[in-house]
Parts: sequence; C-alpha cells; structure tokens
Amino acid sequence: MDILQALDAVWAARWPILEGIQHTLFISILSIIMGTILGVGVGLILTYGNRWIRFLVRLYSDFLRGTPVFVLILACFYILSVVGIQLTAYQAGIFALTLFCSSHVGEIVRGALQAIPAGQTEAAKSIGLTFRKMFVSVLFPQALRQILPTWVNTATEIVKASTLLSIIGVVELLLSVQQVISRTFLSLELYFFAGFVFFLINFAIEKVGRLVERKIAIPT
Amino acid sequence: MDYNFNFAAVWRDFDLLLVGLWLGFVLAVISIAIGCLIGLLVAFGMLSKNKAIRWTSASYVSAIRNTPILVLILFTYFALPQLGIRLGKIESFIATLSIYSGAYLTEVFRAGLVSLPTGLREAGLSIGLTEFRTKLYLTIPVMFRNVLPSLSNNFISLFKDTSLAAAIAVPELTFYARKINVESFRVIETWMVVSMLYVAACYIIAAVLRQVETRLAIPR
Amino acid sequence: MSSPILEIQNLHKRFGKFEVLKGINLTMQQGDVISLIGSSGSGKTTLLRCVNFLEDYEVGLVAVAGEQIGYVEKNGKRTRLSEKKIARQRAMTGMAFQHFNLFPHMTAIRNVMLGLIKTRGMSKDEARSVAEKWLERVGMLDRRDHFPGQLSGGQQQRVAIARAIAMNPQLMLFDEVTSALDPELVNEVLEVILDLAKDGMTMLLVTHEMQFAHDVSNKVIFMHDGKIGEEGPPKQLFKKPKSDRLATFLKNSKF
Repeated sequence: MDILQALDAVWAARWPILEGIQHTLFISILSIIMGTILGVGVGLILTYGNRWIRFLVRLYSDFLRGTPVFVLILACFYILSVVGIQLTAYQAGIFALTLFCSSHVGEIVRGALQAIPAGQTEAAKSIGLTFRKMFVSVLFPQALRQILPTWVNTATEIVKASTLLSIIGVVELLLSVQQVISRTFLSLELYFFAGFVFFLINFAIEKVGRLVERKIAIPT
Repeated sequence: MDYNFNFAAVWRDFDLLLVGLWLGFVLAVISIAIGCLIGLLVAFGMLSKNKAIRWTSASYVSAIRNTPILVLILFTYFALPQLGIRLGKIESFIATLSIYSGAYLTEVFRAGLVSLPTGLREAGLSIGLTEFRTKLYLTIPVMFRNVLPSLSNNFISLFKDTSLAAAIAVPELTFYARKINVESFRVIETWMVVSMLYVAACYIIAAVLRQVETRLAIPR
Repeated sequence: MSSPILEIQNLHKRFGKFEVLKGINLTMQQGDVISLIGSSGSGKTTLLRCVNFLEDYEVGLVAVAGEQIGYVEKNGKRTRLSEKKIARQRAMTGMAFQHFNLFPHMTAIRNVMLGLIKTRGMSKDEARSVAEKWLERVGMLDRRDHFPGQLSGGQQQRVAIARAIAMNPQLMLFDEVTSALDPELVNEVLEVILDLAKDGMTMLLVTHEMQFAHDVSNKVIFMHDGKIGEEGPPKQLFKKPKSDRLATFLKNSKF
C-alpha cells in the first residue's frame, strides 16, 4: 500500500474528483428535496386520503419500496428513453432517487401522523379548530419531531444510493475515483478514499440532524 | 406512443430470472446469519465496560453505516486482493453483505438489550447462573424475540441489496435482467418483470416473516 | 451451636458519594424469620441485595452458612471471587423480587426448572418432578404450562417464589414481594410465605405490610438512614416503639 502515491494520484486528479463530489452532492440534495416534497404528499394521502386514491398511492409506495433502488435506477434509465422521454443518465438517476425517496418519506410521514394519540385530534376539535388549523398547529408540529431522525436516515440512504448512478455512467464521486483507479491501479487506496469521503458527508448529515433534533425537542 | 409489448424474450429466460432470484435470497440468508453473529458480538462490545472496546465497536458501526454499500462491495472484491485477500465473487459479496448487515444489526441488538428490564439478568444471577449463562438462556433469547420485527425489516432490505451483486457479476436476478435487456432490447418488459419479481418476493418474504414473528412471539 | 445461617458484620455500602449502609450487624439462625421495615431510601433493599451479592460492598462481612459472600480475605487483603464461585454462592440463597422477574419466554414450570438443571445439575425428569412439587405447594400446578404474561401478578409472584425455593436455599430473601401487586392479590402471596415460615424456612424479608411483618417474624428490624434504628421481637417493636422515629413511621404506615 502506497499512501503517498495514492495522495499524489488524488491530488493530480483533484479537479475531476471535486467535480464528482459536487455532482454527488447536487444529485443527492435535489433528490432529497423533490423526494421529500412528493413524499409528504404521499404521506398525507396515505393518512387522510379517500379510499381509492389511498389504494393507488399505497400501490405506488409498496411497489417502490419492494423494488431494489438499483433496479429502479436501471429501469428508469432504460425505460424512459424507450417510451420517448429523453432524459440523460444524470436526469434519469435523479428521477429514480426522487421516487425512491418519496416512498420512504411517505411512510415516515404516515407513521408519524398515525402515532399521534387520538386525544390530540379530539382536544383540537373540542376547541373548535378546523382540520386545516388543527393540522398546521397541532398535528404537524408533533409529527415533525418524530419524522426528523428517520428522515435524516433517509437522507444518508440517498447519498449512499447516489453511488449507483456510477453504473449507468453518471460521473459522480465514485465513478470519478474509479476513473483515477483505471489509470493508476491504486484500487485499495482510492476505494478507501472514496468510502472515506462518503463517510464524511453522511457523518456530517447525521451530526447536523442530531443538532436540529436537540434544538426542536419538546422539553420534558 | 406506439409500443408493442413482447414478453417472449423475457419468458424464454424466465427460468434464469428465477435462478437469479433464488441466489439473491440464499445470499441474503447466509449474510444475515453471519451478520447476526457479528451484530450480537459488537452489540455486547458497545455495552462493554472497557472504553477501547466500546469505541472500536461504535466506530465499526458508524463507518459501515455511513459508507455506500457499492463502495464496500467494490473495495472487498477489487481492492482487498492487493492485501493478499483474494475471494471469489460470491464469497466476497457474502463477506461484504455480512459485515454490512452486522453494523445495522448491532444497533438493533444494542437497543434490544438496553430495553430489557434489569430484573431479568438479576433473576438469572439469583438462581446461581453465571453471567455467561444468564446471557445465553435469558437475555439473548428474550432480546432476540423482542427485536424480531426489526430483524425482518433488515432481512428484506438486505435481500434487495443483493441486486448490487450484479456490479461484480454475481449471477443473481439483476445480473440476468441486464443480460436479457442488452440481448433482446425488450427494455420495458424486462424491467417490469424484474421489478414485479422483486416486489412479489419481498411481499412473500414479509408475509412469511410475519407468521414466524407471531409463532415465536412470547405468549402473553 | 453450628455457625449461623447469615452473619453480617459492620457492613458498609456506598453508591458513589452516597453511603447507603453505614455499618450493619445482623445474625440469623436456622428458622429465623426477620422482617426489615423502614421508609424508602433507608437501605433495606440494598442490605438484602448485598446478601446474594447483587450489590457488592466495600467494608464488612456478609457470610452465609459460614462462607463469606463475594470476596476472599487473605492477609487482610480482600479479592473478589471468581464469577463461577459467586454464582455458586448465590444459589445458596433464594430471592423473590418486587417485580417477580419471571423469565417471560418460559412457561411457569420451565422457569422453575432452569436453575435446577443448569445450576443444580439435575436431569430434566428430576427437575420436572421437583418443580411440580413446588408449583403444587404454591398452588400453581394447574398453570404450569402458562407463560408469565398469561398470569396475574399474584400468580407470577407465587411462581417466582417456587422458582427460588425449589433450589433448596439455606435462606430465602423476599424483596417487597407484594408492593407491585393489586391489593386483592396481596393475600394469596402472603399466605404462601406464611406457609413456608411455618415449615421452618429461614427468611429475611423487606416489607411494607406491617401486619404481616408482625404475624410472620420472630424479629423485626427498623432501618433508618442506613443504620439499624431499632430491633426486637415484633410485639415489643410494634406495641412499644422506643424511638419517636419508629413511632412516627408506624403511625404513617397505618399499623
């Protein structure tokens, strides 16, 4: 193992690697944001929607959660182009990650809303709140605190899943490092390096999540 | 959109898909079995009185959970041979998945152990059992049955993760899917059938595991 | 006279900075039934837990049947006994807990059999017949195949007592065994203990049931602030308390 040589190789390829990191972050953040917005909708429908739409959304969510995210990425990449939606691998990848994220966030939101004791709804109704007011000022704030820890987990899952885009040719962090490996054959050092960078990103997300969690915790 | 569905290519190789699905299932079973042993050991490590053991255990969990599994798979298969650790595709994948699931199961077991009433251990000691036997006959069996639902979830997500074995050409379902996809160009059909297979498999596994859970649940 | 069943000399125990036991002396002979009373935090339960070494202790001596519990003394230096030896010593005493602590994944009879097989080295058949005998004694034989979660609190406690006593201990320890029970279930458990006492079982009890302590014990110890406040036969202690503290305690306990 030659660490100096590896550092040298990383340094020589610093610009492509930095670009890879940038793409990883961009892909992840965009997928998480869009997936969360979509997922909140999924969660609300699963909790409050009428029977039929709930059934459809349940199918959507179960299907997405039953399919490995890798298969989802491959399917989006291949199928979309065949049906005439011209997306680049990059876009198709973000699309797949967004779907994946939305189904997970949907379940988290549903779980959190359903975990709120029925007494809360009754108390809110008894002081005359409409559903909307009740949701905004009673239910959602309580659900949020339950959602956050699991949502942070999902965020790290998305960052990790973004590596799978390397297989359909998106030059994110992993593929940019693999390109360096194919030139230098320093697979041990460079895979370790890639893993370490991902670790740092996710570790940071986790720490920030903890911090926010503590900030918004209900004092007991 | 004009698309004529033609499933012939997929049906022709349907037996391959089933063989691949079965291999994925077997890989997941072996990995979670080894992962359980690792997880149990490290969970006790995390609760150890010794600071160094606690730190090492926590580092393992944090490092593995925050690193993308694809990076771990590639690292084990392509990079470890540089250290003289040469594993076949399947062995290498099982090793990775075991270590990966071990980190997640550590958290499951640790939480399970912590939530046991202290009286359980004390009652064991009071009838003259040693600490080791108290763990063997009392704390571990009770904890294990309490965490079965989390264990089931972990198994299902592990089963989905076996799709990544395709990245190092282990012939499981996703591997064959890509092969059929490339050979036949029946893109939509292939990926529809493959995702349905995964969804159905997950559904059946979940149903069976729920049965097992009720069977093994501590009667009350 | 043979050595006493339990001998405690100058026992001190602290949790961090807080000294819970401040020099306890206590001797129990075969057949003695001693009740420990006192307000919570007075050290009763800790004293009991030192006897089977669920708590270790810093200073003093605890000896069961002439054998020091938990430590070996050599040239004034004490070392902790091995895990195995401590386990063997613990089996010399039986303990019933406030929260029963039955093994939730085992049926009533399995609960009783486990220690017999694993600690006493009995065969399964032997253990089963001993377990049946004791389950019958506590009136639980008809529930032998029920799991703890399927039993009432009083029933669980009776099984727990059978589990402890089936090990044929030299001394039984009862730690507030009725405190967690609904009032209507208290008596069935107390009757079992009373029955065992009549049989000559040596027992050390922590209890809040003053009437019961009065009826069952030949000696009552009032603990206060980690020390023995007052001790004596129940009649004397309950009817003519010497200290104001005990008098107040008894008044508040509605005796």
